[in-house]
Amino acid sequence: MLPESKQRVVITGLGVLSPVGIGKEAYWKALLRGQSGIDRLTRFDSSLYDSKIAGEVKDFVPEQFLDRKEIRRTDRFAQFGVAAAKLAVGDAALELGEEDPENIGVVIGSGIGGIETLCEQHSVLLNKGPNRISPFFIPMIISNMAAGQIAICLGPKGPNFTVVTACASGANAIGEAYLMLRRGAAEVILAGGTETPIVPVAMAGFCSMKAMSTSNDEPQRASRPFDKNRDGFVISEGAGVLVLETLGHASARGARVYGEVAGYGCTADGYHISAPEPEGTEAARAIRIALEDAGISPDRVDYINAHGTSTELNDKIETMAIKKVFGDHAYKVPVSSIKSMIGHSLGAAGALEAIACALSVSTDWVPPTINYEQPDPECDLDYVPNQARQCPVRVAVSNSFGFGGHNAVLVIKKFEG
Amino acid sequence: MADLNDQAIFEKVRSIIVEQLGVEENAVALETSFEAMNADSLDIVELIMALEETFGIEIPDEAAEKLLTVGTAVEYIKANS
Repeated sequence: MLPESKQRVVITGLGVLSPVGIGKEAYWKALLRGQSGIDRLTRFDSSLYDSKIAGEVKDFVPEQFLDRKEIRRTDRFAQFGVAAAKLAVGDAALELGEEDPENIGVVIGSGIGGIETLCEQHSVLLNKGPNRISPFFIPMIISNMAAGQIAICLGPKGPNFTVVTACASGANAIGEAYLMLRRGAAEVILAGGTETPIVPVAMAGFCSMKAMSTSNDEPQRASRPFDKNRDGFVISEGAGVLVLETLGHASARGARVYGEVAGYGCTADGYHISAPEPEGTEAARAIRIALEDAGISPDRVDYINAHGTSTELNDKIETMAIKKVFGDHAYKVPVSSIKSMIGHSLGAAGALEAIACALSVSTDWVPPTINYEQPDPECDLDYVPNQARQCPVRVAVSNSFGFGGHNAVLVIKKFEG
Repeated sequence: MADLNDQAIFEKVRSIIVEQLGVEENAVALETSFEAMNADSLDIVELIMALEETFGIEIPDEAAEKLLTVGTAVEYIKANS
């Protein structure tokens, strides 16, 4: 499937904005504690909505990452992207001023883009007419602007684009960046995803699909992937950016390495606009392709970071897909969904989950699936219920599946020289 | 708005500029050009829109193109409101 290449791709920096904290330390500590970032929705009045809960990034101060003028001309999703990129670059101790900007790329996924600005400006159109639409409206809403703004703020001049595959966007972005690094299109790529979908029209749309949890009375217990009583996903916002480098570049500058991106597979269900294909055939094939790309047999996988949305269909069908690939080993490998804690941040989810995998292989800890109480006969794997687990993690697989039938799978392994 | 004097108009214009261009208040004088405050073409469009709305006036594109400094904007507003 892939061209031969000598370049290996390593992860050297992590930038996180999540409902359980900003920065990788806060994020990882909260995930291993099993802490929920879900609460009553505060970004707008949700009293008329079926779902009134969300995972909001509460302590985000844009002024810490952007100047006043840049803040005015960027949507929240792009601000998140820039912030996560700056955190990742800082974490990687990458001195951008000393690098050749042409060798540094940016690939950022986003499912929806600047929908908050879209809604605000649509109100302006209706209330004040077409001559009052902001000249910044278009540049603020287009989904590629997080990637564009990261280059504007940080200076990379290499390949720069956005991947849009709904809830698989973040994973596809990392996968595409990995492929470019392997074939020598860049030495360093800032890759990840960003999403800020907690706005009325998006919330109403997901509610209308009956995809969201309505466990409004117990926000922190609402996201319960693989549990028998799961009743839908909980929307959240966030951003995750990883500094990916060729091993040669990372070694030359003596970078700390969290892990290696070893494989990537993507397929399409070709089945339905939102429902997963009922047998999980193509999801399973994406996992197989990623493992083959990594040259790793399924029985050597130590951890699966599931897509695990907490919807009836996803969790059941993802479990089937895992069994198809792993056979008996499916019952031995720990499988967990951090969406139980941070909710579903759509286009950012795959990136935040890849970051969790990078931290798993570098620390030998697996984050739990919280709120797991009632086993479902159709979900009968080891979901790492409620408590983080310390165990050797040499190989982690991260699954991401998006509306439209997009399946993206990453293999992240411990760096072993 | 006809009763606004020069100083009142200037102060309103200045507060819009400070907000939109992210500059300090003491960096905005009558003779300061928008270019010197790093305003790009989109900033100018937004600024003109805010002036129209604040002062209840219409600023046609031909007129807007000639408003290169804070002072010319203040003069235009004074003459047209």
